[in-house]
Amino acid sequence: MIEIRGVHKSFGHLEVLKGIDLTVAAGSVTVILGPSGSGKSTLLRVINHLEKVDRGHVRVEGELIGYRQVGTKLYELRERQILEQRRDIGFVFQTFNLFPHLTAVQNVTEAMRGPREAVQRKALELLDRVGLADKAASYPRQLSGGQQQRVAIARALALDPKLVLFDEPTSALDPELVGEVLDVMRDLAKAGTTMIVVTHEIGFAREVADTIVFLDEGRLVEQGTPAEVLDSPKHDRTRAFLSKVLV
Amino acid sequence: MGFVDVLTSIPQTAAEPERLTVVPARHPWRWVATAVALVLVAQLAHGLITNPGWDWATFAGYFFEKSVMQALLVTLELTFLGALLGFLGGLVLAPMRLSKNRVLQSVSWTYIWVFRSVPLIVQLLFWANLGYLYETLQIGIPFGPGFFHFETKSLVSSFGAALLGLALHEAAYAAEIVRSGIVSVDQRQLEAAAALGIPRLRQFRRILLPQAMRAILPTAANELVNLLKSTSVVYVLAIGEIFYQVQVVYGRTGRVVPLLMVATVWYVILTAVLSVFQHYVERHFNRGWRR
Repeated sequence: MIEIRGVHKSFGHLEVLKGIDLTVAAGSVTVILGPSGSGKSTLLRVINHLEKVDRGHVRVEGELIGYRQVGTKLYELRERQILEQRRDIGFVFQTFNLFPHLTAVQNVTEAMRGPREAVQRKALELLDRVGLADKAASYPRQLSGGQQQRVAIARALALDPKLVLFDEPTSALDPELVGEVLDVMRDLAKAGTTMIVVTHEIGFAREVADTIVFLDEGRLVEQGTPAEVLDSPKHDRTRAFLSKVLV
Repeated sequence: MGFVDVLTSIPQTAAEPERLTVVPARHPWRWVATAVALVLVAQLAHGLITNPGWDWATFAGYFFEKSVMQALLVTLELTFLGALLGFLGGLVLAPMRLSKNRVLQSVSWTYIWVFRSVPLIVQLLFWANLGYLYETLQIGIPFGPGFFHFETKSLVSSFGAALLGLALHEAAYAAEIVRSGIVSVDQRQLEAAAALGIPRLRQFRRILLPQAMRAILPTAANELVNLLKSTSVVYVLAIGEIFYQVQVVYGRTGRVVPLLMVATVWYVILTAVLSVFQHYVERHFNRGWRR
């Protein structure tokens, strides 16, 4: 279970997150919707401490992320400890961010630990799982955008994370390549992976999400099942947003 | 002419485009430029062969001569060790300059500023005269008691002084070369590495540096060639590298030009060897960027 409590975050004078509370059940898929600039990506980056919070906290399966609590104070952890915590939280970027000097399989194994053979075998299994067993020796440049993003997903799964975060995983793709990435994500959801997904793919959200969260101007405006949020939104701003997206 | 005639006459060319022949543009001035260049090259070659002043016999006699070979070895030692120590220094100074810590930043900035400002030859003379500034050196607690004492003159030989000068000078340039490589790497690469929980030092070694190498290598090779030639400056410390050695020989024999050519041709050969080496190293670090 992931608990986000009272999270505030400002960049300079701009307050991007104005007190976010959200609970995500283990094994569920949560889709975050919202107009650009609403704080969706920042919220995602707060969860694995790529951004520090100004107030509030995040817990993943009870473990406080990025901080250690002593009495009423939160002390920021040392970088090494934060890096260790991130191994439990996979992150898939909008721009893939594969390591261009490493092959697909090397990208997957880079952060893995353990005996070389076992690591290699597991990486190849993961590539097979995203349908790219034959591309293991290819460099990212030799792959299409959709293939690169699937390698990035395999890389994020390599550390057996408790949770995988997706930051607009299909936004940088050509339209005909979006489907193959969404297919992989759909399979992950079926397998019971805990996922939080920022996306504009409403169809995917409707089909796969257990919970849809609507964010606007740094506030969580409404949340519920896809049927509740997409078909009978309670809030005006949700309706306004959906009317623009669901043309 | 009727309407039907027009229809049949126009497509005659348009319908069979494969019949058209392509004639490349002519470039008569290229031929003129080529001829001029060839004449100039021929003149140069003629001069080199026929002018007795070049004294190719003396050149050949000294090219592989024993003292010249030994001096060549000293030149190679200074270049290799100077580059090694210099780039190790650069690998420390560049991350310092990019650090968030203001003190580290300033120290690195000041070092680079000072060592790029002082001409190499001036610096070398300073190091050679270190014993004049500090007669003894000691290792101990800063501003406190010392444990080991050294005579400066016995510790810093003239070869040591030369190497120290070259390495410190080189470190300032290497720092900037390494820094240019580091800033050329997309910051999102480090973010991806951080998201995967890869430890900091491993991020630098496995993710950042291999990508930075693509930008570092061409300028680093340039700097290495520069260093190879800069070793000739240490002749002021009377170190028997190749330039000093040919001076010794022509001081004795008076054959200035052929002996300068001995040093020149060796510098040219070594630079060529470095260039070949550079080609293969660059190819290695370009993997993943070639299609």
